[in-house]
Amino acid sequence: MDIKDFIAPFAVWKRAFEKPFTVKKPIDERPGAPRYRGFHMNDADACVGCGTCEAICMNNAIDLVPAAGREAKDGDSGLRPRIDYGRCCWCALCVDICPSGSLSMSNEYVWIDRDPDVFRYVPGVEAKPWDGSALGYRRAEGYRLLDEDRVPMPELGHAEAVASFLELVRGYSRAQAEKEADRCVSCGLCIASCPAHMDIPGYIKAVRDGDMDEGLRLLYETNPFPEACGRVCTHRCEEACSIGSGGDPVAIRWLKRYIADQVELSDYAKALPRGAAPSGKKVAIVGAGPGGLSAAYYLSMQGHAVTVFEAEEAAGGMLRYGIPEYRLPYPALDKDIGYIESLGVSISRGVSIGKDIELSKLRTDFDAVYLSTGLPVAYGLEVPGEDHPRVLDGVAVLARATRGEELGLGGRVAVIGGGNVAMDAARTALRHGATVDILYRRREEDMPADADEVREAKAEGARLVEKAIPLEVRDAPDAAGEAALFIWNEATMVQKEPGKRPVPEPIPGAVREGRYDSIIAAIGQGPDLSFIAESDGVPVKRFRPVVDSFGMATRAAGGAPVFAGGDLVNDRKDAISAIADGHRAAIGIDRLLYGKGA
Amino acid sequence: MRREKQRVIPPAERATPDLDSGKYLVMWQGPQHPGITGNMSLRLVAEGDTVVDCETHVGYLHRGFEKLMERRLYMQNFPLVCRIAVPEPDFNEYCYAAALEELAGIVIPEKAVWLRTLSLEMMRLASFLMWIGGQAGAFGHGTIAQWSVTMRDYVLDLFEELTGGRIYHMYIIPGGVRGDVPAGFYKRVLETMAVVEKNLDDIELVMFHNAVFKMRAEGLGYIPRDWVDHYGITGPNARAAGVARDLRKDSGYLAYPRLDFQPIVGTESDAYERARLRLGEMYQAIDLIRQIVDMAPKDGPFRERLPNPLYWRIPAGETYVSAECTRGEYGFYVVSDGSDKPRRVAVRGPSYTHAVSVMERLVRGVNIADVAGLMVSLHTYPPEIER
Repeated sequence: MDIKDFIAPFAVWKRAFEKPFTVKKPIDERPGAPRYRGFHMNDADACVGCGTCEAICMNNAIDLVPAAGREAKDGDSGLRPRIDYGRCCWCALCVDICPSGSLSMSNEYVWIDRDPDVFRYVPGVEAKPWDGSALGYRRAEGYRLLDEDRVPMPELGHAEAVASFLELVRGYSRAQAEKEADRCVSCGLCIASCPAHMDIPGYIKAVRDGDMDEGLRLLYETNPFPEACGRVCTHRCEEACSIGSGGDPVAIRWLKRYIADQVELSDYAKALPRGAAPSGKKVAIVGAGPGGLSAAYYLSMQGHAVTVFEAEEAAGGMLRYGIPEYRLPYPALDKDIGYIESLGVSISRGVSIGKDIELSKLRTDFDAVYLSTGLPVAYGLEVPGEDHPRVLDGVAVLARATRGEELGLGGRVAVIGGGNVAMDAARTALRHGATVDILYRRREEDMPADADEVREAKAEGARLVEKAIPLEVRDAPDAAGEAALFIWNEATMVQKEPGKRPVPEPIPGAVREGRYDSIIAAIGQGPDLSFIAESDGVPVKRFRPVVDSFGMATRAAGGAPVFAGGDLVNDRKDAISAIADGHRAAIGIDRLLYGKGA
Repeated sequence: MRREKQRVIPPAERATPDLDSGKYLVMWQGPQHPGITGNMSLRLVAEGDTVVDCETHVGYLHRGFEKLMERRLYMQNFPLVCRIAVPEPDFNEYCYAAALEELAGIVIPEKAVWLRTLSLEMMRLASFLMWIGGQAGAFGHGTIAQWSVTMRDYVLDLFEELTGGRIYHMYIIPGGVRGDVPAGFYKRVLETMAVVEKNLDDIELVMFHNAVFKMRAEGLGYIPRDWVDHYGITGPNARAAGVARDLRKDSGYLAYPRLDFQPIVGTESDAYERARLRLGEMYQAIDLIRQIVDMAPKDGPFRERLPNPLYWRIPAGETYVSAECTRGEYGFYVVSDGSDKPRRVAVRGPSYTHAVSVMERLVRGVNIADVAGLMVSLHTYPPEIER
């Protein structure tokens, strides 16, 4: 202790006249730092209501609630997160994980209100003073909790692909599948958009867990065609996927295929549930496509004796005759069908209803009838010369390819149309060594075909001619009927009515022509209802049987009730919708047979 | 001339006071005691104004963190752990993240290593600034607290800018850190360090050259050197007793092996010596921050991509990760069973030893008025006693 110890403390006085450090609020404001984690903001239009924020929140501070003015639709639950500031700890993990990137935080420090209920609100829906603040916590550049990039699918190279009918898509390895499955957040938006409402998060979890038996069981709960759908499904689910709102959607289709590929057909019976005891009821199904066989599967699981009548020499419908081998190899399809047959479903191949057996006889011999005959009749080009011998029907070309017949397309092929049949026909022709032009009356972005199909067709060498309105097919000079001239008019897209898609209008004088060895028309198909007699009592409107919510067309006296579904009835015209229809009709038929419903 | 060291009463000499004799006064300090010693309480038995017996009572702040963590996903625990030690959350974040990374076999990017080190040293400085205010305040010197808490707020401003939070930074996330430094951040760090350093000079002058502080702190709470291993005393409390133990040197985690510093060691082992040593560590933290600003890589990733946090499973295993916090060895013992949640997390906070076992022994023979000052001189945070 010395004299300094008595004098030095008085040095504090030198600070007495300094400006204070404190902020005189509310005269002075001290805004939060640009990164400050203040109150939540949500871009309610970008938000898809997936609820991943709710899942990661460790305080249960987030609830997904119905938002005013928002309806649920494909890829949007219609719900929006509500934050409870009595629970929130401002950790911002919700912002970090948000798949769409819609959540953020303002840099607002203080919020005072006498009403305690206001501290629970739906950001982006209930207006707050800090909405739209440019400052506040955002996910840092290069920092995400979720992986926005899909695991690439191994595929054949285009040169290799076009040289053969080998399957283009090779399938995921276990490590790839598990990595891809890890991207899913189990939000379930996909379930709502899938026509069959498959338990997609459930089977993706099975992939993560490596439990293939559980995965297969979940697949078969709603879809007995996992091998086929795992390859060629139109995968609306992936368009709805919440991960897709801020990156690549989860490869749901490939994961389904992965599960089915992992289990041998001989092991299916161990993984899948056993059917109910025989009910003594008999059901006839017309058409062994995906819809008819799905109905057969679920009916046989209920114990009913099912007979499927198929006009072709093999079962599978459009999956077999409309989809080329390189997309859906026959062994994969045979596996799906093989399991359904192994349950005791009888398939009478080469039997055509209306020719070999009348529908009225089925109504007498069976307890219920399900019609799923699809759309076998191709539409014509409806231009002069459409009956030229070199004008071929796209579906027929694909069916002949399936049967292994010589196609005789020649070296130069035109495919008319923009749907998946057109792409399949074009790529089949490419694999037979032809040079292919695809002519479509609208633009590429208007094509109803899957974008992947269009992209791959082009990559394999098909030339796309957009805005080509067919005018006429003529005999090519000096070809003796072996080639034809396809004449089209170039078009321009005109927006006739606001909100509707633009219409192609021919440009006067811009008439083009091309000489082709074959012209494949693939502009759509229609049903063949000739087997339905008026006395069958099946109501038909605009070439479609009219059905109720279970797919029932009639239960009129004079025979068994008739159900219908698949492409014959629905608008979607894809395999998964037909499968959903088949499942629904199976439930309806089962209820009717047991007197439980309708 | 230095005041004589407080005599440590050996257990053998300790008699249980006869409370019915009318000679003693039983009184409670806390659990509403203002300051960082709050939230725990001491049951003191005094004879006159001298404490003859003491019992520590904890549990007023028990929030069940360790148990809560067993039912939350690994990533969901990241915002939870920082709350274990309120004034100094970053060491929890670091230990938890490092333990998970070790169990999951994740190597974090170089930049994250440096930014974590920066965050921990800034935290050390801020924590000591708060402590020194408490230490001075416990001896009646309120002015120091006004200065030092202001300086702490300047450091918290830096945290706010870097991490988005002032108290709970939630910056050190498993896999790295949550964001890069903002533009111009290092410049502002250096400016703030200059201001804090100047203020530390003022504090040094008025607090450590102060007759009152010396008379009350010198000799108070003497910790004999042989207690260090016996009680597991760590940090400045051990270093003031002459034991050069500092995990930053001894286990060399993060960027510390590449920084130039030596543990500060004392000899006298009383409250004054510990305060002086902590002041030295504040200057040392400023020096380390300057070194980090100079050496930290300016480019490169700041976080390693981890699996989806909703399903992140960590292979079965167990580990203990520790770091040198302001009070000593801070550690997380994490057991994983291969699932998506930890099987067990045990937190070692140095305050458990310092505030319970050591405190009970040191407080005997102390004047009642010095009990708070003694407690602060051990630098204890009750929240980390009760996890």
